[in-house]
Amino acid sequence: MADYVLETKNLGISFGGLKAAQDVNLKIKKGQIYGLIGPNGAGKTTVFNLLTGVYKPTTGTFFLDGEELNGKTQETINHKGIARTFQNIRLFNNMSVIRNVLVGLHNQPEFKCNPFVSMLKLPKHYSTEERMRDKAKEILRIFDLYEERNNLACNLPYGKQRKLEIARALATNPKLLLLDEPAAGMNPHETQELMDTVRFLRDNFDITILLIEHDLKFVSGLCDEITVLNFGTVLCQGKVDDALNDPEVVKAYIGG
Amino acid sequence: MLSTILDGLSLGAIYALIALGYTMVYGIAKMLNFAHGDIIMVGAYAILVTLNANGHPFLAVIAAVLVCMILGIIIEKVAYKPLRGASPLAVLITAIGVSYLLQSVAQLIFGSKSQAVTITTAKMVKIASAEFNLNTILTLVVGAIIMIVLTLFIKFTRTGRAMQAVSEDRGAAQLMGVNVNKIIMITFAIGSALAACAGVFYLMQIPSVSPTLGSMPGIKAFAAAVIGGIGSIPGAMLGGVLLGVVEKLALNVPVLAPYANAIVFALLIIILLVRPIGLLGKKRREKV
Repeated sequence: MADYVLETKNLGISFGGLKAAQDVNLKIKKGQIYGLIGPNGAGKTTVFNLLTGVYKPTTGTFFLDGEELNGKTQETINHKGIARTFQNIRLFNNMSVIRNVLVGLHNQPEFKCNPFVSMLKLPKHYSTEERMRDKAKEILRIFDLYEERNNLACNLPYGKQRKLEIARALATNPKLLLLDEPAAGMNPHETQELMDTVRFLRDNFDITILLIEHDLKFVSGLCDEITVLNFGTVLCQGKVDDALNDPEVVKAYIGG
Repeated sequence: MLSTILDGLSLGAIYALIALGYTMVYGIAKMLNFAHGDIIMVGAYAILVTLNANGHPFLAVIAAVLVCMILGIIIEKVAYKPLRGASPLAVLITAIGVSYLLQSVAQLIFGSKSQAVTITTAKMVKIASAEFNLNTILTLVVGAIIMIVLTLFIKFTRTGRAMQAVSEDRGAAQLMGVNVNKIIMITFAIGSALAACAGVFYLMQIPSVSPTLGSMPGIKAFAAAVIGGIGSIPGAMLGGVLLGVVEKLALNVPVLAPYANAIVFALLIIILLVRPIGLLGKKRREKV
């Protein structure tokens, strides 16, 4: 079972009569970059919401490294190792760039510090805070956000806000990183840069990445395997080229 | 004049301490805790009970703070937590219900008559040929210290950072591993402790306690929080101090004195007309 970082079994959810996702079975190996694609309204983000505890599945369950996380709270699931970004950016807008990343580091026990120690600014506060800041700066450098670390998040240009969201999610030290349309609204140059960054993360951070994306060039350039969703159900799964050439998939995308 | 301003500042510090509770709870739990004023009253009775049992005034203050913190946490757990995600109106009406519940229980236990509580006897001190009430100065100094500590807490502690994140976007904070329930609990505990401190200072100025003690300072502090921009911590401090000074100045002018309360609330209306988000409130950017 632990061969897979993420394994979902018949995962599904209905809202009233609408089956937003149904019998979704994913098997994602460690170190993979896995794509989740499909037309608008196919249930991609719903799957992310199920995997992060925002929705409770009505059927099925899912495992992270063999541990069942179904029914756990959002923060527990994050502690266990699933982090995400959002389709419509949800940064802490009125906080500085580095503070956004520091919140991401919040869940890690190694950075715990007694509030009184912090308020009195005792040496331990400085050492803990310094370690946190070092870690945050290291992450910001990867995303080329270091220079902007003291700006407010809302003042960043759009592409950098997207990057900051990934940085913040990465700060929570995930095993599995869920990226919800990371390249949306980016120009071709930024998209290329983002592809390099995602590969860099996979290679240097020992994480597995599951991403939703409409840009098929992005998907085929990056992903090892993909799952195609349509109307909440799995249309096709497998190697990128095979899946994209599957007649059913072509039909769902282009109509026919 | 100087002593009036000083009186105003110290009354303002009291309002500010209460307003901080309103504003923090609003900012983080996104609800108006209308039972907040009544927490002051419960703290005041805790002081009364401790003093009647021959406890030292200092012990009484500690008792008030502890009782209020625990009460704040219990109220949140029992009354508000089950309603998380419910309509704001349901939460609001629950808060009003809790307020009446606290008043009625206090009335059952202690009766409806007001009782005298003397924490300290007023001492006058002479500074530069003017006489000042020592309690006024104590309120001002301790109030300022508490507010500074709170600011440091929000700015420099992990918990403070998490509180800020939850107030910005609760869902996102939760998905980044912040334990939102714990943060909300801490917020209620801090807000109630501040209310208890405010209660202590209030009793130093008006040394009597009754079940409705918390209503007036509660509603004025709420006005202060709105004037400052609800959700904003510096705003609550500014609003509180402004309201306190205006009230004392009005009381000092014989013609205006009977209308002091009316003037305070008129100030609220005027400021909201000019700046609906309050003095230091943040504009919410509408997404198009």
